[in-house]
Amino acid sequence: MWTAILLACVGCYALKLAGLSLPARVLAHPVVERVADLIPVALLAALVAVQVWSTGPDLEVDARTAGLAFAVVALLLRAPFLVVVIGAAAVAALVRAL
Amino acid sequence: MTDERSGIVRDGLAVGLATGLYGVSFGAIGVASGLSVLQTCVLSLLMFTGASQFAFVGVVAAGGAPVSGAATALLLGTRNTLYGLRMAPLLGWRGWRRAAAAHVLIDESTAMSVNRGTRAEARLGFASTGLSVFVLWNLATAIGAVGGQILGDPRTYGLDAAVGAAFLALLWPRLDVRSNQVVGLVAAAVALVLVPLTAAGWPVLAAGGVALLAGVLTRGTTDPTEVPGPGDVAGGHH
Repeated sequence: MWTAILLACVGCYALKLAGLSLPARVLAHPVVERVADLIPVALLAALVAVQVWSTGPDLEVDARTAGLAFAVVALLLRAPFLVVVIGAAAVAALVRAL
Repeated sequence: MTDERSGIVRDGLAVGLATGLYGVSFGAIGVASGLSVLQTCVLSLLMFTGASQFAFVGVVAAGGAPVSGAATALLLGTRNTLYGLRMAPLLGWRGWRRAAAAHVLIDESTAMSVNRGTRAEARLGFASTGLSVFVLWNLATAIGAVGGQILGDPRTYGLDAAVGAAFLALLWPRLDVRSNQVVGLVAAAVALVLVPLTAAGWPVLAAGGVALLAGVLTRGTTDPTEVPGPGDVAGGHH
């Protein structure tokens, strides 16, 4: 675990430093720019899906879905990050407790 | 200090406070994912880029190999490279200043300095936001991690649901473009299909392939790379 943590930390720093150090034309290709722009979208969407609807190798709909539904409503209402996250947890905990 | 400059610093501190606070949720989720308090705090100190940190602990929590958590974190970290390319000519720092600036090169510090009129203001916005987020994010992580450990089973408090909500909140500002909504939906579907078929960690990495494919296939459409503006940041002026 420690090896993966430290590797990822060093790598993330290197990515930041590279941005400040490389000449701007390195990533000037439009396809590269678009892919780099889409990667966070795709990864974050996949992370939402996997976190909410999977348990190990199984797909599962449980209290987490209620938490996500709360998050969607809160985000539509422009609630701050902390309200979204804590509210989602509270809703899921409530559904489990019922 | 002029009004203009103290205003920039005040905005930076406000963003630092708002962003830093949700370090509490990262700390709690980190220990809930099976990391130690120290490992969780090291991620905030050394990785210091929220989405990558959440991704790392998210993949580990789902049972993925730490190395696939690291790969996902790195893929998400590539957007900081783009911010850096944009910020380098604005900041104009060299040597140790550039090395230090790189560590606090994140969504928030970029957003709070990219639209400034002069180099001095850009530097001030970048440094005040970057430093205040760094200090508060790390303090909050430690509080959340220790608190999370005391609380015990994270499922009782719905902390497992908080992870999905955190990712959705990070994704939300990027969903204002139709093409991004489509990519997000396809990526989520691909990941879910792969969950029963592959080892944990791979479904999310495969979603990165969706981004690659979509970027190549949409060649020719004009969609300039977006850098976050002040309105995209918690606590920023709307």
